[in-house]
Amino acid sequence: MADIVLDKVSKSFPDGTVAVRDVDLEIADGEFVILVGPSGCGKSTTLNMIAGLEDISSGELRIDGERVNDRAPRDRDIAMVFQSYALYPNMTVRENMAFPLRLAKLDRATIEQKVAEAAKVLELTPLLDRKPANLSGGQRQRVAMGRAIVRSPKAFLMDEPLSNLDAKLRVQMRTVVSRLQKQLGTTTVYVTHDQTEAMTLGDRVVIMRGGAVQQIGPPQELYDHPANLFVAGFIGSPSMNFLHAAVEEERLRTAVGDVPLGDRLRRELAAEDAPRELILGIRPEHFEDAGLVDEQTRGRGTEFEAPVEIVESMGSDKYVYLTVSGERASAAELEELAADVGADGFGGGAANLVTRLSAESTVAEGENRRLWFNLEKIHLFDPSNGRNLTLHEGRAAGALAS
Amino acid sequence: MAASDTTVAAKWRWGLLDVVVVVFALVPVLWIASLSFKTTGTLTDGNFVPREWTLDNYRTIFSTNQFVRALGNSIGIALIATAVAVVLGTMAAYAVARLDFPGKKALVGVSLLIAMFPQVSLVSPLFEIERSLGLFDTWPGLILPYITFSLPLAIYTLSAFFKQIPWDLEKAAKMDGATSGQAFRRVIAPLAAPGVFTTAILVFIFCWNDFLFAISLTSTERSRTVPVALSFFTGESQFEDPTGAICAAAVVITIPIILFVLFFQRRIVSGLTSGAVKG
Repeated sequence: MADIVLDKVSKSFPDGTVAVRDVDLEIADGEFVILVGPSGCGKSTTLNMIAGLEDISSGELRIDGERVNDRAPRDRDIAMVFQSYALYPNMTVRENMAFPLRLAKLDRATIEQKVAEAAKVLELTPLLDRKPANLSGGQRQRVAMGRAIVRSPKAFLMDEPLSNLDAKLRVQMRTVVSRLQKQLGTTTVYVTHDQTEAMTLGDRVVIMRGGAVQQIGPPQELYDHPANLFVAGFIGSPSMNFLHAAVEEERLRTAVGDVPLGDRLRRELAAEDAPRELILGIRPEHFEDAGLVDEQTRGRGTEFEAPVEIVESMGSDKYVYLTVSGERASAAELEELAADVGADGFGGGAANLVTRLSAESTVAEGENRRLWFNLEKIHLFDPSNGRNLTLHEGRAAGALAS
Repeated sequence: MAASDTTVAAKWRWGLLDVVVVVFALVPVLWIASLSFKTTGTLTDGNFVPREWTLDNYRTIFSTNQFVRALGNSIGIALIATAVAVVLGTMAAYAVARLDFPGKKALVGVSLLIAMFPQVSLVSPLFEIERSLGLFDTWPGLILPYITFSLPLAIYTLSAFFKQIPWDLEKAAKMDGATSGQAFRRVIAPLAAPGVFTTAILVFIFCWNDFLFAISLTSTERSRTVPVALSFFTGESQFEDPTGAICAAAVVITIPIILFVLFFQRRIVSGLTSGAVKG
């Protein structure tokens, strides 16, 4: 068990591309940290650098206070679970799990005992004499975990360990991983591209984009107080709605009506070099059917009317899809996010909204409906650099903050 | 029942085709075997099955030092050349499959060039070189060219096998505490075994069958291999053709090949890497 410190760690390749740029990260002993981001953001490279499978171009990596930049993977005492599982096909489950112990030259009895313990924890005991080819995906995944935990390393590194499992098993294994990590209390760095995994598993989440860290924090904080457009768009499912907003004197003109501005934002936007156009971000759950909002809360938001396209009733609540006229928000970050989910160039000219309304709402497809949204929960972003303008001292305060 | 009808018909068609191919390939071999058991008198009677069986031809070839020495030379030279080519080829192929080193394309290109170069045009220069180096008519004099010309084949076959082995396995071994050497020996090499054995068979057959180098670079029984020795067979008198003896020798020299292939073929099992990674 150990703490891991990344001090301005960078990775550049001989052809000049920079895969990871100045990553600063302090992982406390026993902490579960998730590296998340779209493909190509440098999260796997970062993990491989911690593992020692890739050289660090500049910066320092310390495990337990010791600089380990130039140490071979085997001298770092960390275990890794690979996305592909990477089980040794010529060995049985038992031999796979014993492999690191045999390399460490432990005596036979100790190896037996440790393998048996790890197998028990992961419920692999009946499978010990099988070859990996005769295991199901979930079983293979557990063997890969077993091989990692068996020698009680200083830290676990996991590279998208669940992404090859089908959806149902993935949810199940997620809890297994989480429970195992709490039980063992071992420092863990976990890489994923799935924001749901990041939100549910980690003590802290590191969001990366283009080799740089965007924001580091506990999942809820990233969700409530995203530092920039990219983080806001990446975290949350369904993701945040983004609309074009034009700055006018004391308010914003948007496709969902005029948004009044509080003193602080007004001051900021009055500056000489302030942007004239903004991006308005609203999470689906901050909308509500205008008819269901009580008088007290109504004042904290504003209302608009829009045609309802699709209603998806989830039982507990309703997902309502609407189209509002007006410009779509555009920014490099948004295009990148769309490209990551494969939805680039899709959506046409009008802006689409996803809202999450109470189950009691009587909203029906095809009608025009009055909806309300909470002004205290909205975010405003500068399209040129993606910065969240509503963020003040790390907290998002909505449009009305004074 | 139309579907099963067609499958039965298809089975027959394929079966027939298989028989044709097997007969086409085996008839000359059987013919040789049949000739080797015939007496001199019945040699040309045109019967597929000998009327009079005899082992005289076999006695003849084993009674002469010529053939036995050649057999020893063949086995020794082919085994040594195969071993060296496979070891060198394994190392080179591993580098070609795994590493990105400067000059990799050139190496692969040159080895391909060697494989395609007409060997007959190299015989004269090799002859001169070997004579001035004192390698002419020695075992190394044949082993060296055999290694040279079988290495491209070995590198190609083996690098294809190495490329199939997931790289993650090596990374996993390193994370588990293995040195590069241990990772190669305990994880990669066992998985590459089918490739190594396939290559060994191919290289051995190449060395075993070679006639061109063997006849050009040898002059005495000291290093003459069987294919060459066969061509030097003479009858009892100059009016007698040694057909029977040649056939017997031809049958004898196919035996080591068959043994070699049978021995290694068991180790060529596919699907060794299955289960390593999610396909």
